[in-house]
Amino acid sequence: MEATASAAAASVFDHLEQAPEDPILGITVAYNKDPHPGKVNLGVGAYRTEEGKPLILNVVRRAEERLLADRSKNKEYLPITGLADFNKRSAMLILGSDSPAVVEKRLVTAQCLSGTGSLRVGAEFLARHYGVKLVFLPTPTWGNHFKVFMNAGLAVKTYRYYDNKTRGLDYEGMLEDIGAAPSGSVILLHACAHNPTGVDPTPQQWEGIRQAIRNRGHLPFFDSAYQGFASGSLDKDALAVRTFVADGGECFIAQSFAKNMGLYGERVGALSIVSKSSGVATRVESQLKLVIRPMYSNPPIHGASIVALVLGDGDLFSEWTVELKGMADRIISMRHKLYDALRARGTPGDWTHILKQIGMFSFTGLNKEQVQFMTREYRIYMTLDGRISMAGLSLKTVPLLADAIHAAVTGAKA
Amino acid sequence: MASGLVRNGAKRFMSTAAAPASSVPAGARSGWWEAVQPAARDPILGVTEAFLADSDPKKVNVGVGAYRNDEGKPVVLECVRKAEQIIAGKQNMEYLPMGGLVKFNDLSVKLAYGDTAPVLEEKRVAAVQTLSGTGACRLFADFQKRFKPDSRIYIPVPTWANHHNIWRDARVEAHTFRYYKPSTRGLDFEGLMEDLKKAPEGSFVLLHACAHNPTGVDPTADQWKEMSQLFKSNGLFPFFDMAYQGFASGDTVRDAQAIRIFMEDGHQLACAQSFAKNMGLYGQRVGCLSVVCDNSQQAVNVKSQLQQIARPMYSNPPLHGAQIVTTVLSDPELKEQWYKEVKVMADRIIGMREALKSNLEKLGSSLPWKHITEQIGMFCYSGLTEDQVDRLTKEFHIYMTRNGRISMAGVTTGNVEYLANAIHEVTK
Repeated sequence: MEATASAAAASVFDHLEQAPEDPILGITVAYNKDPHPGKVNLGVGAYRTEEGKPLILNVVRRAEERLLADRSKNKEYLPITGLADFNKRSAMLILGSDSPAVVEKRLVTAQCLSGTGSLRVGAEFLARHYGVKLVFLPTPTWGNHFKVFMNAGLAVKTYRYYDNKTRGLDYEGMLEDIGAAPSGSVILLHACAHNPTGVDPTPQQWEGIRQAIRNRGHLPFFDSAYQGFASGSLDKDALAVRTFVADGGECFIAQSFAKNMGLYGERVGALSIVSKSSGVATRVESQLKLVIRPMYSNPPIHGASIVALVLGDGDLFSEWTVELKGMADRIISMRHKLYDALRARGTPGDWTHILKQIGMFSFTGLNKEQVQFMTREYRIYMTLDGRISMAGLSLKTVPLLADAIHAAVTGAKA
Repeated sequence: MASGLVRNGAKRFMSTAAAPASSVPAGARSGWWEAVQPAARDPILGVTEAFLADSDPKKVNVGVGAYRNDEGKPVVLECVRKAEQIIAGKQNMEYLPMGGLVKFNDLSVKLAYGDTAPVLEEKRVAAVQTLSGTGACRLFADFQKRFKPDSRIYIPVPTWANHHNIWRDARVEAHTFRYYKPSTRGLDFEGLMEDLKKAPEGSFVLLHACAHNPTGVDPTADQWKEMSQLFKSNGLFPFFDMAYQGFASGDTVRDAQAIRIFMEDGHQLACAQSFAKNMGLYGQRVGCLSVVCDNSQQAVNVKSQLQQIARPMYSNPPLHGAQIVTTVLSDPELKEQWYKEVKVMADRIIGMREALKSNLEKLGSSLPWKHITEQIGMFCYSGLTEDQVDRLTKEFHIYMTRNGRISMAGVTTGNVEYLANAIHEVTK
């Protein structure tokens, strides 16, 4: 009988333990399990409407309809580096169509599995071909960054970024740590709307950072997950990346269309490598293929086709910029509402950082105990580092959150 | 193939763009990538690249294993089109869980193991949605390395070239076992058993569940049973790569018989499933990795660990393809339609095998060609040498991989005579 046969040979994986939940995605798992009707999910960074619903952009719907109606479209394998049209347009979106890297063809772009996949493929390439196998991440950063680079075989260190006291940028600390890093280190930079803090350098500070990085011969690796989402302007949010590329130096860029096109689950992203010459770009592309092929062979077609359509059609593109600004504006208005609600309650502390921070998240400054209290008593689901997804707030839920923060700050253990 | 090398006189684009007002030189050192060598073209996907670049009207692509209809065109299955209509406009696009769409995983493993398989009812199977078959193999290889770091993988000779890349990138020590016998163009069963008997206990063995790629040579049911016994007595772990369920014989149950045989013997195996070919979903990247465990808690543990590997690789798998498969497999009418469409594809290929063989015989070829119809699935391992393959490409504009593998799916009533003629020319 089967039971005896399997008992006689225990699984070779018997020694495995159950892995802990992912700290971010696990929040949604816990939220879904909670039967309480008033629960609020401010965990994962996915945009929600005022009604608390996920949003499919109109332009995405229309692009999908067009794709569906076109019976000549097939589902054949994409090339290893993905849909060429998508790659071209993604690169132009972040770099600007007049970028020297684009004009001089010093650019390789590969479609990858959203931001995560773009980072991982870039990291694997660096581990194989780059002399300095060390990457510096800001403190704090998106939790998954560590494993992405480590699993690719790179050593990971950190540089100072967030200043607890000011709830702003520790600019001096950042420059110091960049200056002290071994020459040629990979420096991971959030292109805009830093995750989880929402704290971005000013244009002047970006210039200082650029000089520090170029002085040490470091390699900048941009993670661009929120272009258009941060300020509402695609060009403004790309400024940091473009000034680096304008100085003629090399860099890596990981782009995600999860948030700004609402294509989360379709895994649409791109890795761009800006190099010094077009000859190098060709060789780099061939080596990228060797990383990708044994990982997943070629990327998924659906999401990239949608993006290529939207970016390539003048009307759809314009409409997209309007929808994008709508999302960014709603988030900014939630920041104001939350700030006003905390002031109205007389919640102790300076909460102006909520207004100054940018993008989807606010780093509230709440500690682990306070967060756990808020989850337990008020059914507010958020990550333990005090990060809240502003996109998950609505006029209806702002008061609840303000109550919870107030209670946590005044009542819970410090 | 010196593709990608910097050609003589290629311009080196040093930036003369006006730098922002600072005296910092752009990039204190010269470019970082000068030492990067051009990588060799992928042996399989590179064939299609070359084919596309050829302007000869008679060109034939029997390279990559993607199905073509008798007009030589790619096919989107009708059941898939219907499924897409059903999901259009309804879904949201939120992130899937790291392990993918749960309903998709449930339906996939039912297809592989049987609807009422005891291991499924006992919830002993850890299943995660993956980036097609490649992603399933890679996830398992990384998992094997993490939890059985000193174990080996045994890979058949020959196999799909990317298998070696996958386990190499996962840093698992790879060995090979004999599989294909050139003299018979069939299975080297004695060699296979001899080699696997030498594998140390705790070794993992890669098996093609059906329609072996690239040879088309599959073990018989009795041979599978013998292998299963050997695996049990020697403590070998069976890892099945099943990329052609339904595509080989036209019957999804029959094509899974190897797995069912091993399951009956109580093995705890793992399986990589792909829906690229049997649902024509190639570019959607839909697959499933399943691992049979001792009990349901262990299945939970294993799934959680697989997710830990997926998260820093791509976070969560793509939605669209999995929704298509789920819609087709959970709707009885669509599922029936799918079975029919898969059989049509399999039957067309079987028909082309017969046509190619009879054409070669009609031309008076003195070489044996019965292996064309004895082999099964998308590929025919023709036995052509590299030189002969190169001649086929240069003189006849026929594109195939240099190991002599012919993708039968690329053969049509329109080109089978031309193909037979060309093969005869280079082999007589």
